[in-house]
Amino acid sequence: MIIDIISWFCLLVGGFLCISGAVGIFRFPDFFTRMHAASVTDSLGSGLIILGLVLQSSEWIVVSKLIFILLFIFLTSPTSSHALAKAALHSGLRPWTKPSASRDDK
Amino acid sequence: MSQYNYWVVIILMMIGFYIVISHGNLVKKLIGLSIFQTSVFILYISMGKVTGGTAPILDPDYTVFSNPLPHVLILTAIVVGIATTAVGLALVVRIKEAYGTIEESEIQQKDDEEC
Amino acid sequence: MTIEFLIDIIILGFLVITAVGIAVSKDLFASVMLAGIYSLLSAVFFVVMDAVDVAFTEASVGAGISTILMLSTLTLTGQFEDPSRHNKILGFVVVFITGSLLIFGTTDMPIFGDAFAPVQLHLAPHFIENSYAEIGLPNIVTSVLASYRGYDTFGETVVIFTAGIGVLSLLGFSSGSSTRLSSVIAPMSQHKILRVVSKILIPPILIFALYVQFHGDYGPGGGFQAGVIFAAAIILYAMVFGLDTARRVINQSVVQVLSALGVLLYGSVGLISFLNGKNFLDYSALAHDPLHGQHYGILLVELGVGITVTAVMVSVFFTFASRVDKEHGGNA
Repeated sequence: MIIDIISWFCLLVGGFLCISGAVGIFRFPDFFTRMHAASVTDSLGSGLIILGLVLQSSEWIVVSKLIFILLFIFLTSPTSSHALAKAALHSGLRPWTKPSASRDDK
Repeated sequence: MSQYNYWVVIILMMIGFYIVISHGNLVKKLIGLSIFQTSVFILYISMGKVTGGTAPILDPDYTVFSNPLPHVLILTAIVVGIATTAVGLALVVRIKEAYGTIEESEIQQKDDEEC
Repeated sequence: MTIEFLIDIIILGFLVITAVGIAVSKDLFASVMLAGIYSLLSAVFFVVMDAVDVAFTEASVGAGISTILMLSTLTLTGQFEDPSRHNKILGFVVVFITGSLLIFGTTDMPIFGDAFAPVQLHLAPHFIENSYAEIGLPNIVTSVLASYRGYDTFGETVVIFTAGIGVLSLLGFSSGSSTRLSSVIAPMSQHKILRVVSKILIPPILIFALYVQFHGDYGPGGGFQAGVIFAAAIILYAMVFGLDTARRVINQSVVQVLSALGVLLYGSVGLISFLNGKNFLDYSALAHDPLHGQHYGILLVELGVGITVTAVMVSVFFTFASRVDKEHGGNA
């Protein structure tokens, strides 16, 4: 029963994080911030979903396969975000900075 | 409402068909062709599904299985599809080298000029 | 309205949105990426339809190899398409008429999921009930693919081999003897993170390919999927460490010989059955007992398919990549 509740919680929070990552891709102002939003989907969103599935499964073989998948995703998705960011920097894209509204403070 | 799958498959087929006939770029046509192919696969696999069944891998816990025959057919079709796409892309590269462009209208023009 | 039907509708809706996005976009790079997403979504749809083998193949082939080959072609042919001068209204009319005729045709089709539809009634029950007794493998798709319909799979392997020969003859044998470091299919060896992560990941990917190859009898898998995954590992190596380094590790002429060897292995299994007095590709002639013969036959045949698929995918990628090299690296 407790395990059921915990796994439901993990699955729901993971789903919410995936949706928020998708909303972020639309709403953020520039490439690098959008990539950050996408990487939240990949790392924490999928991590929590897989954790929820691990708690739901009944056999050890299924648990070990799911943990394999989790390790693989944790290795590859930050690397691909890094590769994308590096390629963007190389082609000259610069991070968006907030237009300075604090000029009247000084 | 039960035929919803098949209608969406036909919509996808028609989108792929539209891309093939109304875009001039050869690579875009190949992409449209692969959309068409994949929608045909979706049609066949939808026909093989049995409600309440499971994957066709024999297991003592289950009695109803989905039909394995369309799966075999579509496995072959997917691999043959990628083989023909690879040859098609190689042809596009050669056309680019021979004509300097891969837009259909410009290739037509160059051919008409030479005749 | 069960939850499965809801998932069905949503995934198909996403597929339509992606396809419309591909039709509308003018940037070919975006179209290729959307086509990869389209393949992945259809792989998810196949899992919902209980077609796990097909989903595996579609995800690896459609979202992996197809995207890589199209991107290599885009490097050679240009990223944007010119606005088309075709008459769009005529295109819409033709598509509308064809679509409505086809929808009229689907009204006769059986209800989706019906267990008594004609397609479920004639051969499928025979395979589901008798395949364990006749062949002894849990995965019915593998037993149909490699044993009951083994001749078709032989033809398919020859088609893959022919496509490999076709690409080689179109794009030419590369002069693999250049010693300069190719800088376009870049040796990303100065990117430490990519190099380290690739070194960590490539051995598990190769072992996973072997697992998929030999576990195809008991779960989803088999020769095609394993061949594509193996080729993907080699392509990753070539992309990170450079084409010349990869050519030194994987000799291109050996790869070409291997692609023929796989087809030869498949054919010789059939020939051995011939020489033992039975039909072509009748595996019961391979061992003292028909069930063991089927196991040996399926093992060898899937191995042949896996070898050919790996070799053809690797040689096609090398051919495309050395073409990109010649175009761009010559002036660098």
